Amino acid sequence: MAPMFRWLSLGLALALGVPAAQAQQAPIKIGEMNSYSKWAAFTVPYRNGWQLALDEINAKGGVLGRKLEIVSREDGATTGDATRVAEELVSREGVSFLFGSFLSNVGVAMADFANQKKIVYIAAEPLTDAITMAQGNRYTFRIRPNNYMQVGMLVEKAKASGAKRWAIVAPNYEYGQSAAEVFKRLIKERVPGAEIVAEQYPALGKIEAGATVSAIEQAKPDGIFNVLFGPDLTQFVREGNTRGLFEKKTILSLLTGEPEWLLPLKDEVPEGWTVTGYPWDEIAEPKHKAFVAAYRAKYNDTPRLGSLLGYMVVHMIRDTIERAGSVDTDALIKALENAKFDTIVGPVTMRGIDHQASMGAWTGKLVLKGAAGGMIDWTYNDGTPFMPSETEVKAVRKE
Amino acid sequence: MDLSFLVIQALNGLSSASSLFIAACGLTLVFGVTRIVNFAHGSLYMIGAYTAATLVPNLLEWSYGPVPFWLGILISALIVGLLGVVMEVLLLRRIYGAPELFQLLATFGVVLVVQDLVVQIFGPQDILGPRAPGLRAPVEILGRRFPSYELVLIAAGPLVLGFVWFILKRTRFGVLVRAATQDREMVAALGVNQALLFTGTLFLGAFLAGLGGALQVPRVAANNGMDLSIIAECFVVTVVGGMGSVPGAFLAALIIGQLQAFGILLFPKITLVVVFLLMAITLAIRPNGLFGRPEHFSGAHAIGIASHAPGRFNAIAVSALLVVLAALPLVADEYFLKVATEILILALFAFSLQLLIGVGGLVSFGHAAFFGLGAYGAALGVKWLGASMEGALPLAPLLAALGAMAVGALVVRLSGIYLAMMTLAAAQILYAVAFQWVEVTGGDNGLVGIWPSTWAAPRSVYYLVTLALTAGTMLLLKRIIDAPFGYALRAMRDSQARAEAIGLEPRTHRWLAFTLAGAAAGLAGGLYAFSRGSVDPTLLGIPTSVDALTMLLLGGIQTITGPIAGAAVLHTLRDQIMPLTAFWRLFLGLSIIGMVLIFPRGLIGTLRYWRQA
Repeated sequence: MAPMFRWLSLGLALALGVPAAQAQQAPIKIGEMNSYSKWAAFTVPYRNGWQLALDEINAKGGVLGRKLEIVSREDGATTGDATRVAEELVSREGVSFLFGSFLSNVGVAMADFANQKKIVYIAAEPLTDAITMAQGNRYTFRIRPNNYMQVGMLVEKAKASGAKRWAIVAPNYEYGQSAAEVFKRLIKERVPGAEIVAEQYPALGKIEAGATVSAIEQAKPDGIFNVLFGPDLTQFVREGNTRGLFEKKTILSLLTGEPEWLLPLKDEVPEGWTVTGYPWDEIAEPKHKAFVAAYRAKYNDTPRLGSLLGYMVVHMIRDTIERAGSVDTDALIKALENAKFDTIVGPVTMRGIDHQASMGAWTGKLVLKGAAGGMIDWTYNDGTPFMPSETEVKAVRKE
Repeated sequence: MDLSFLVIQALNGLSSASSLFIAACGLTLVFGVTRIVNFAHGSLYMIGAYTAATLVPNLLEWSYGPVPFWLGILISALIVGLLGVVMEVLLLRRIYGAPELFQLLATFGVVLVVQDLVVQIFGPQDILGPRAPGLRAPVEILGRRFPSYELVLIAAGPLVLGFVWFILKRTRFGVLVRAATQDREMVAALGVNQALLFTGTLFLGAFLAGLGGALQVPRVAANNGMDLSIIAECFVVTVVGGMGSVPGAFLAALIIGQLQAFGILLFPKITLVVVFLLMAITLAIRPNGLFGRPEHFSGAHAIGIASHAPGRFNAIAVSALLVVLAALPLVADEYFLKVATEILILALFAFSLQLLIGVGGLVSFGHAAFFGLGAYGAALGVKWLGASMEGALPLAPLLAALGAMAVGALVVRLSGIYLAMMTLAAAQILYAVAFQWVEVTGGDNGLVGIWPSTWAAPRSVYYLVTLALTAGTMLLLKRIIDAPFGYALRAMRDSQARAEAIGLEPRTHRWLAFTLAGAAAGLAGGLYAFSRGSVDPTLLGIPTSVDALTMLLLGGIQTITGPIAGAAVLHTLRDQIMPLTAFWRLFLGLSIIGMVLIFPRGLIGTLRYWRQA
């Protein structure tokens, strides 16, 4: 009876054609989680990005003949909620692997969760070096250029500026602290004679902007390295502009050129700052232009860096599953390590030793374009030369 | 440092002091009259900023100049004032009869609702408001540039102080407000229309909060983190100044402004903790704040577990429940067990708070301190001593008990809202330590890899371990509550004078209660760390303390089983709502408000009341 049934079903499959048989297969389920409520300004464009990619992929028939399905969840922006939601995705929804998260501490907790549950986790947005360095593990991968790489790109600009007396202003939490530490280290290594003359670390969201600006001004720096963002940055820029803090100084600023941070600054964009960012409107590559056009058509909004990231991550996931030939965890890891991806920003490699992708960042100067800020004189820096060296990685990674 | 720099820095301090005072003085007014600790005050401030940042540009487009600008600020503040009235009439008025803490819970529900509504109405992106017309350019002071708008702000603080002083001292409304601040019952007995008085106070308080937010628009972009970042500082200002004292709030704001302006020169990271250090030091020296009066005790102060003889301990029901819970792994899947484990842990956490609030009458706003200390105790044991779960878990109640001894020693001299705020300050200082001491605690990324030993790693085994430990501890605490020690605590809560007259020693008893509650919360924290594999400073933060309060109050403060039911309901709600919608805060807030209105005695308390009635 059994062999007969098998023959019958084969015959049926042949008769109906292979695509039909494939379509009957269950979709590949992927778990996604992010702080869509608390950090909506960043995560919603990111969700739009991955949704766009998902639609494109499924319109072309999915991957391995199966559709992709992304089960998306709110992570509550805390480590406790995030790991609980992750557990729900894994044990109830039966997802094959996880990606997402915004905050660094949530990313670190998720990486550890992945390690414990032996399931792949792709940290798309968190910037903290810890995810690929000290807290890195076999199951965790990161796409976006981390803190260390982005600071490194800015230090190159510092070298060119000739400024020697540097002031640092950074929010008092891990992201700000580690960016400041990296800057201090790299500026001393790469710019002979450079010194740090002032440091300010206001609590996140609670800057005393007037007092901070005066304190920096008093140290008479000829360069300022800024890591502030969001409401703190707006306040700092307004106070600094009014008091003339930025005049005749080199200002380096992390992430400020990303549309997420530029748009709320409106016409108070501090022109001439050297920043890392995303000049989405000026990138001429056809593939990128097509992405921008599709994004604008679908959402009637301009893309943010998060949108680009979400879009890239899902396309990279598609490639990975196709190469792995399954969604088995070991196969996925094998397909990710040292893999080369052809993305809309150019080739990206997932380094095997620390699971950090070589996606780069754009550096350039801020300029006012009409009613909002943009970037000029920008270049795309591939991430590879800015990655921490292999010896550094080996020294801190525990495996 | 030259003189010009010192002058400028002092001016910087003055302008932030003014801003802080305007934001906070409404809170102190509202507390003085209604005794409500209005958590939603920060939300009103945020709405003021959003309204002004949206409204003022429109007015300026219509006619550019100072008049439309200031008109816009005023209109925004009035709108927020009206929202305050809505909040009073629809919500607070219905629960004045409930235990005082219940109103706090209701306002916390409002905070959650406003957080989601603001994003819906104004969009997720920060809104940068316009600068003030005519005040764009800086003025030169001793050769340094200083923004002219900040000078206006410096003047605005004393102006608002004068305005409030005028209302309080020169109007009939103000006379009534002052009278109500001193003795609410007496004012009611004299035939004053309480409803109108309370609505008026809420209007004034909300108006000032809105004004504070609107005045920030030329400096700060309106953003959806403003509510929580200002509310803690507003509490500090009102407490340091003395609850209900407007001049006290002014002085406190001045001190904080200068401390921050000059503090950052010596300690660039000080903004994280300076206000709470100031609060702790002030309360240690002056238990009622700078200008506060000792709190007026009325006969109806006892809101906790009643002092009647213990009801018959229903051993059969408890055993049956325990058997059912222990059998859960037979039917439930992994995720269900994970949620059940967390509910047990949170139940113990809330139950330990019940010992302080329900039995001892000691309202703690910083109970997260002990939960977090426990979690860190376990995590540090794993990370730095290389201990296994069996070795590290006992460190959790130990470290928490030590912390509770230290905090308890500081707070037992205080009473009422000051005691609550001292515990909040202690928790925030511990939070700052965990946040800042990166080498040991891992900073805000926290410590990871805190997993159970292999034998306890399966969800079902860890669930049973948690069940045994939490149920055992809760039964022990229950035994203590019904022991002479528990009765002594209740006696002191109901009448300190009489308790002292029969030879009881309140401070020692309360200190012991703190230590016990701390140890129990610490055990809960330790279990929590192992259940999710990591710890980070948010475990010590205000939201965690609020969680414990919410569970306790939802369940019912007058009953022993209340906190357990509260933990189950709140955590289930959160677990069910969060995956479904990005509006989970809105729904959670509405659920809390709904439960406050329907069950003014808490879930279990109301059920019992219905049964008895």
